[in-house]
Amino acid sequence: MSEFALKTALPTYLREEQDKIAKLAAAMGLDFFPTVFEILTYDQMNEIAAYGGFPNRYPHWRFGMEYERLAKSYEYGLSKIYEMVINNNPSYAYLLEGNSLVDQKLVMAHVYAHVDFFKNNYCFRQTDLDTGGRTVDPVKRPSGYDPNRRWIDKMANHGARLRRVVARQGINKVEEFIDHCLSLENLIDLHAPFSGRRPKRAADEEEPKATEIPRLKAKDYMESFINPEEYLEEQKKKIEAERERTHKFPEHPERDVLLFLLEHAPLERWEHDVLEVVREEAYYFSPQWQTKIMNEGWATYWHSRLMTERILDASEIIDYADHAAGVLATSGGRLNPYKLGVELFRHVEERWDRGQFGKEWEDCDDLEAKKSWNLRLGLGKKKIFEVRALYNDVTFIDEFLTPDFVRERKLFSYGWSNRNERYEIESREFGTVKEKLLFQLTNGGNPFIYVDDANYENRGELLLRHDHQGLDLRHDYAKEVMKSLLRIWKRPVTVTTVTEGKPVLHRFDGKELTTRHVRA
Amino acid sequence: MSLKIDQDHSRFRGIVRGKIRQNLRKYVSQGELIGRKGKDVVSIPIPQIDIPHFAFGDRQRGGAGQGEGDAGDPIAGDQDGEEGEGRQAGSGAGEHVLEVDVTLEELASILGEELELPDIQDKGKSKIINAKDRYTSIRRVGPESLRNFRRTYREALKRQIAMGTYAPGNPVVVPIPSDKRYRSWKTEAEPVANAVIIYMMDVSGSMGDEQKEIVRIESFWIDAWLQKQYKGLESRYIIHDAVAREVDRETFFHTRESGGTMISSAYKLCSQLIDDHYPPEEWNIYPFHFSDGDNWSMDDTLLCVDLLRNKLLPRANMFAYGQVESPYGSGQFVKDLREHFGKDDRVVTSEIRDKDAIITSIKEFLGKGN
Repeated sequence: MSEFALKTALPTYLREEQDKIAKLAAAMGLDFFPTVFEILTYDQMNEIAAYGGFPNRYPHWRFGMEYERLAKSYEYGLSKIYEMVINNNPSYAYLLEGNSLVDQKLVMAHVYAHVDFFKNNYCFRQTDLDTGGRTVDPVKRPSGYDPNRRWIDKMANHGARLRRVVARQGINKVEEFIDHCLSLENLIDLHAPFSGRRPKRAADEEEPKATEIPRLKAKDYMESFINPEEYLEEQKKKIEAERERTHKFPEHPERDVLLFLLEHAPLERWEHDVLEVVREEAYYFSPQWQTKIMNEGWATYWHSRLMTERILDASEIIDYADHAAGVLATSGGRLNPYKLGVELFRHVEERWDRGQFGKEWEDCDDLEAKKSWNLRLGLGKKKIFEVRALYNDVTFIDEFLTPDFVRERKLFSYGWSNRNERYEIESREFGTVKEKLLFQLTNGGNPFIYVDDANYENRGELLLRHDHQGLDLRHDYAKEVMKSLLRIWKRPVTVTTVTEGKPVLHRFDGKELTTRHVRA
Repeated sequence: MSLKIDQDHSRFRGIVRGKIRQNLRKYVSQGELIGRKGKDVVSIPIPQIDIPHFAFGDRQRGGAGQGEGDAGDPIAGDQDGEEGEGRQAGSGAGEHVLEVDVTLEELASILGEELELPDIQDKGKSKIINAKDRYTSIRRVGPESLRNFRRTYREALKRQIAMGTYAPGNPVVVPIPSDKRYRSWKTEAEPVANAVIIYMMDVSGSMGDEQKEIVRIESFWIDAWLQKQYKGLESRYIIHDAVAREVDRETFFHTRESGGTMISSAYKLCSQLIDDHYPPEEWNIYPFHFSDGDNWSMDDTLLCVDLLRNKLLPRANMFAYGQVESPYGSGQFVKDLREHFGKDDRVVTSEIRDKDAIITSIKEFLGKGN
């Protein structure tokens, strides 16, 4: 155990609770990594939270900013962090010193469900360090699954690595470069881990055939007149030049922009180190934002069952209810992932318990019959365990959000009203709500950006393409990101996108940013 | 306890400082900081320092929510809430405004850096002496409460070894009264620089709210800067129309009188104040006068010049006159002052056209390091 862990070990009475809760959770069917709880004072908690849960990260000012924000809102009593849990094997979770016993128990129950989710949800398989983050079939899992997820160590190593770089290059230079890399951190390919290895560059199976030059038909004796030698030579050159020009690199558009830059940008060694660290950490965190709703929903579902069915005694129920209500509160019409997640899990469980699925159910249009539909199948529990393993937020919503659910839970879609200059509720219709919700979640709410050409205009310039799916890029940000791209690629950078319905091409050459409209 | 985050935090504070410096002109002219002043800190809203990504424009995006309401109803709350929970931080990129607390002293030094204000030179007026006791030495007599434990036992040990009564196997050391040592103090004289700012303002009918707001903002920054230069800073406030009286800060900024303007009345009162409370050999005195430059008569102006030359200037570090432009004032007074004191370094005049001019006028006032 690290020195850090020793100072923050749980007191005995909490250890006993932990053992008890772990047993209860396992009896309910949860399957989690061993979990180490530590108890922290609020400033330690704020520090670790600012570092995204890890006691050791590389140096960067944004952690300091986050710390200031957390410390402020704690001081002013706006919010405090009750729990934090790290996807690591063994998992680490932090409790806040001074919380009431009911709260600590609730947090522990919540944490065990999170850890179960970390271990079993397919998205998190990409954080397995022993498989190099590549999983071809997410459904298959070896028995006695005990992956290497020592991310605490890995993050600490990243920290040490970058600190070494800082010692050589100076903090200002390195921090500025980290800023640039972080600007690009969302340009990764979320599905890369499951698409198998990236296809190796087609091993040049055969040299391209000698260029065939079209000739005019001619009799032998006319040949040198109709197809003169110089003319053929000229044609050949033309064709080859043409081929050269159209031969693209990369051959296929590349989603993992960071990887592409790592492999092909002219980076100094230390720059390479920094970019690599940023990319690895981006991939580590990506499953968490791909499954936010599910993960929180799952944890909430289980803490509520564990607490109310097993753990609480009568004297604690009010405190528990008070806290639980806080967790599930929505304010200002905002979606609360805890609430949406747990309600959707319960919805799924109920439907599968009552057999409200399949062709007969879909085909039935008798509202009365549907209301009282109950085949007493009792498949609910099995189903939700399956769901927690094989879905992410997008597929979860896509498959299990029903019109009934949207109506009963009062979901709506909202949008900006130009006329009133405010956000307004647009619709409560199932289709629209679902579409908006999915749009929010797809690709983590990030635009789709591809590397299209690394030798744009045959000048070694970088061409990125924004795959426009209805929403424009935020322009001021895009400008800044292009500066970062230029810093890394060291040649002019062009991005194609669509603005207000018109195809547009932004180019940044290091001095000025030019925008021109192009014909579609 | 030192935390790992401290380094990152101080890097962040450095960035914030830079941002404040960058936007200082805006903060100064808008005067929004004054309302945010706490006891020692000012809370400054700065635009969220952010790492840009390729992201969607907010306006087009919209999203899904949960709760009551019909189509067309506004959704409540601001556009980006954070759950009080510590995983990957917030999801959306809303227009955050970050509030940072900055101490007045830090703010003043930012102002100093930005305006390249010189530190104020010591006028040799630091004659007020604060006696301060420092415990720096040891003596043989004293009260038991000041007994120095370690020294006493060392003495006892020396004595016992010298007498041969010390047994290393049984190291019992018992001090006798002559072994006892006591901490002792020396009284040190510490020069203290004291300063007083005497604000005078014309509250005659021609000074409107906007003019007063300018004075308020300007005095905030002057306070902040001089506070940094002098530990013991006092402020006094005098308002005048045809007569002058001393008021508290609140009244100073909120009084509205009508009637004529006799600037000399304020200068007289100021001189009186100095006579009564601030002997110039002990105090650095900074009279600041704000007006729209419309004096009652030329005679009164001449009286002012006389008062300045003979009563105020000999005793003050400098005299600052700020003329706030108003639609009613003639703006004559500043010309008169310049005519009479044009070559005198101690008299600083500044014309403040509008809020944007505040920062230049601060520089004019404080740029000489008097």
